[in-house]
Amino acid sequence: MASDVKKVLTSPIIANNPIALQILGVCSALAVTSKLETAFVMTLAVVFVTAFSNLFISIIRNHIPGSVRIIVQMAIIASLVIVVDQVLKAVAFELSKQLSVYVGLIITNCIVMGRAEAYAMKSAPGASFIDGIGNGLGYGFILVAVGGIREFFGSGALFGIEIMPLVSAGGWYQSNGLLLLPPSAFFIIGLLIWAIRTFNPDQVEEKE
Amino acid sequence: MSSKESLGKTLSVVVGVCLACSIVVSVAAVGLRPTQQANALLDKQKNILAVSGIEIGNQKMADVFAKNIEARVIDLATGEYSDAVDANNYDPLAAAKDPAQSVKLTPEQAFAGFSSRESLGLVYLVKNDQGDLERVIVPVRGAGLWAMMYAFVAVQPDGNTVDGITYYQHGETPGLGGEVDNPMWKALWPGKKLFDEQGQPAIKIVKGGATQGDTHGVDGLSGATLTGAGIQKTFDFWLSEDGYGTYLKKLGKGELNNG
Repeated sequence: MASDVKKVLTSPIIANNPIALQILGVCSALAVTSKLETAFVMTLAVVFVTAFSNLFISIIRNHIPGSVRIIVQMAIIASLVIVVDQVLKAVAFELSKQLSVYVGLIITNCIVMGRAEAYAMKSAPGASFIDGIGNGLGYGFILVAVGGIREFFGSGALFGIEIMPLVSAGGWYQSNGLLLLPPSAFFIIGLLIWAIRTFNPDQVEEKE
Repeated sequence: MSSKESLGKTLSVVVGVCLACSIVVSVAAVGLRPTQQANALLDKQKNILAVSGIEIGNQKMADVFAKNIEARVIDLATGEYSDAVDANNYDPLAAAKDPAQSVKLTPEQAFAGFSSRESLGLVYLVKNDQGDLERVIVPVRGAGLWAMMYAFVAVQPDGNTVDGITYYQHGETPGLGGEVDNPMWKALWPGKKLFDEQGQPAIKIVKGGATQGDTHGVDGLSGATLTGAGIQKTFDFWLSEDGYGTYLKKLGKGELNNG
């Protein structure tokens, strides 16, 4: 049992990563990764939402009628996202201003809905909760990796702390402006997928 | 036991889930509102103090604000101070959306990205410890490339010379239009004159950088043509007689009746 828990928790981080293998939730990964700080807070928010939406949906899974199950899932997910948004506005106002609409858009993050439908509807509450945390962390792993690369080479800083002084501020580092724009996250995610599949050749899809 | 697909069961699950969710959301929204409002207020005060030139040191921000900053309501049509509403509880942005408290702009006037503006404006007077007026902080706004950009502009008591600017809310692209937050760009503003000799709004965002000694021109940010155009329109509007132009001119000439 203990090894099952570990597998449910850790497999989504690399082996079955929601962004890198399932290519879900890419949209928000482009928007919030220009800085490490926002990527990190977004990770926490998504971990919280996937974990608890999985938990609550799993608890009532045997009572949810098939005809309205998506709506019931959406109601639970949306409520959790609003709670996260309100809490962020209260405790981390600066960050919530930067994340702006993207916290609200967790509702439409395919990972949350995907795990609710694919896992929580069929599994026990405990395992569903762990699965939610695992998938949130898998999403966060990519976010933090991309955010780190983008902030370091785009702004010469990590977590807002200057590491390489920029030319525009009198230093020596000529920043790479492309990395600050959303499309750069596409390239970085693509390279990460390449790297992960080089080490895990099982993930490579068969040629059609 | 009825099947979980029956109509009664479906309705009761849906109603139950909605009820539970609405309670959770309401509790979060109502319970956290005081903290959120305090945060929003603190954020605003921080931005106002940032262009006020006051050294905060290790004093509390709210205390410095209470001692040195005075909010005053301006009747934008006459340019005079007004006591029609309480300045500390007045929200010009909310007023701009209320037909009773705003003025509809003609299509020719509405070039800065909004179609009505508040009848009463709100400025912040910065006073030193002796109570003398040091700066006037004027709020301006205008559409940028992605979203409305909001700024505070600090002006000297002559109603013409800029002392500082800070964009406290915008959605411009980081690294391009987002460079309005760059301290080096903000440092170009102090000393610029808002009006020319004829009293016309004169701030010009210049592509490729303003020539040295140009008292009205500010460098347009490279790679951010549309943000620059938005800043240009923001100043064109708020310095005109539709904005704070009348007030600033009266301030500079010392003609305010109830200053």
